[in-house]
Amino acid sequence: MSLLRPFYEKYFRVEVKGVENIPAEGGALIVANHSGTLPLDGLMMQVAVHDHHPRGRHLRLLAADLVFMLPVINELARKAGHTLACAEDAERLLERGELVGVMPEGFKGIGKPFSERYKLQRFGRGGFVSTALRTGTPIVPCSIVGAEEIYPMIGNAKTLARVLGFPYFPITPTFPWLGPLGAVPLPTKWTIQFGEPIPTDGYPPEAAEDPMLMFNLTDQVREQIQHTLYKLLVQRRSVFF
Amino acid sequence: MGRDTVHVCGEVGERQALILGKVVLVTGVARQLGGRFVRRIQRDPEVERVIAVDAVPPEHHLGGADFVQADIRQPAIAKVLAEFDVDTVVHMDVTATALGRSGRGSVKETNVIGTMQLLGACQKSPTVKRLVVKSSTSVYGSAPKDPAVFTETTPPKSLPSGGFAKDIVEVEGYVRGFARRRPDVAVCVLRFANILGPAAESPLAEYFSLPVLPTVFGYDPRLQFVHEDDAVEVLRLGSHEPRRGTLNSGTFNIAGDGQLLLSQCSRRLGRPTVPVLLPAVTWVGSALRTLGATDFSPEQIRLLTHGRVVATRQMRETLGFRPKYTTAETFADFVRSRGPGLLPPAALAGAVDRIAALPFAGGNRCAN
Repeated sequence: MSLLRPFYEKYFRVEVKGVENIPAEGGALIVANHSGTLPLDGLMMQVAVHDHHPRGRHLRLLAADLVFMLPVINELARKAGHTLACAEDAERLLERGELVGVMPEGFKGIGKPFSERYKLQRFGRGGFVSTALRTGTPIVPCSIVGAEEIYPMIGNAKTLARVLGFPYFPITPTFPWLGPLGAVPLPTKWTIQFGEPIPTDGYPPEAAEDPMLMFNLTDQVREQIQHTLYKLLVQRRSVFF
Repeated sequence: MGRDTVHVCGEVGERQALILGKVVLVTGVARQLGGRFVRRIQRDPEVERVIAVDAVPPEHHLGGADFVQADIRQPAIAKVLAEFDVDTVVHMDVTATALGRSGRGSVKETNVIGTMQLLGACQKSPTVKRLVVKSSTSVYGSAPKDPAVFTETTPPKSLPSGGFAKDIVEVEGYVRGFARRRPDVAVCVLRFANILGPAAESPLAEYFSLPVLPTVFGYDPRLQFVHEDDAVEVLRLGSHEPRRGTLNSGTFNIAGDGQLLLSQCSRRLGRPTVPVLLPAVTWVGSALRTLGATDFSPEQIRLLTHGRVVATRQMRETLGFRPKYTTAETFADFVRSRGPGLLPPAALAGAVDRIAALPFAGGNRCAN
């Protein structure tokens, strides 16, 4: 985390709003938008929660299985407290009263072209809602602005991605043309806004099995994140400052 | 403690056990763990007689147990069960490696065909009331798509394609079939994490005894261990009547508390690691196997790549077993038995302190 902090403070100059919406103790599920070709937004969110929350809480991120297949990355991810995005792990962490971060857009969100920036993709099958319902933990919507522009993805080399076994292979104005230099993210100005928590403890226990309620809650979370995104975008003066 | 539960539940079989004492049959006694279990269970007051079975005579003594040299792959095992009126069967002859110089084929046969024969014999025997099977957490396999912690009900994401793990999957399948056909027999399947201890003789113990540990580059697996003493204790718990408020039939994960990373293990052992790129690992493994250094099977490599951690809530709450050793303590005990490696931790720590104290290294490195 001390390696990430210079990025957080100096490079992306992250501004955090609404950190009081994260409960001081007990489990909570933080749901955020996902963008930026490489999942730096998750890591920055982890630093934001740890450094700005009065209790210095640790955010446990749920990561895609690809993370745990890659050498070196999987080792770092485990040691940073991330785990695989599956219902068992999420439930176990929430039951222990941990703060869990999830980005339900997954690869659809992070690997979307630049032209679709800040348009939320489908939120999977809403598995995160049923996990929150089962454990009765609140959902904290979180909107991240700035991550979309770090690697403007203008193309996707699908054949190359298939050969390498990745879900997408990004082509940006600088990558892969400039080699490793092209993999340097653009120094955009970030804002992370945590929204009003959505309680899930008022529902009967069988609610987690109710697809209608699940879709409604998923949409509610999605709408809230999207609205906050638009609001933050209107307030933003420039991409870089 | 075992006695008063016998008084509480007064079924015919248990009363008989009280009068006559139990007759326990143990397979796989030529191994260290089997031998230790045989010696331990004889001392229990409710046990009258212990029948120790293996295909080869053990090198260690078995106390007052009756050793029967029988191959569990042969139907003769049914005669042994009938002759001694066995009521408890402890099946420990499910192992990853062969004793001595026999190949993988015969190990697989003992594991799978042996279990089938033994279960067939148990099914015909009217006296058998309890079956304990030593299984392994290998049934879960080891893959990046697995959840961080396995519970007893987690289905494996990638079924083991061969080797010991596949044997275990098949053995457990047969045991489940047996439990369905003989619902009157209490069946206890104990899935052990890697068993370590001063006398451990598992592939992992051999691996940790190498002077230099080859690891998979870029992966630091999480491992869990059980101490031999705890393994013997929990097998004993499974083969007696359940204590009050507990249940000892079913499937249980058995592991010490906590977990260790392979890097932590190597530092505690004082043995340096050599990271090998994943594609090259298989070659190194087969080279080591040809040299006879250790059994580097594909599943062992998978374990050392992705690691495996199991939940032990069932073990604590349902089975009522609390291991004496945590994973870290088990490993510490194992390290004591192996002697110092090339880089003893104390010497290494001293060297690091001296480097940190050097003027050019700066004091702020210590602060981090």
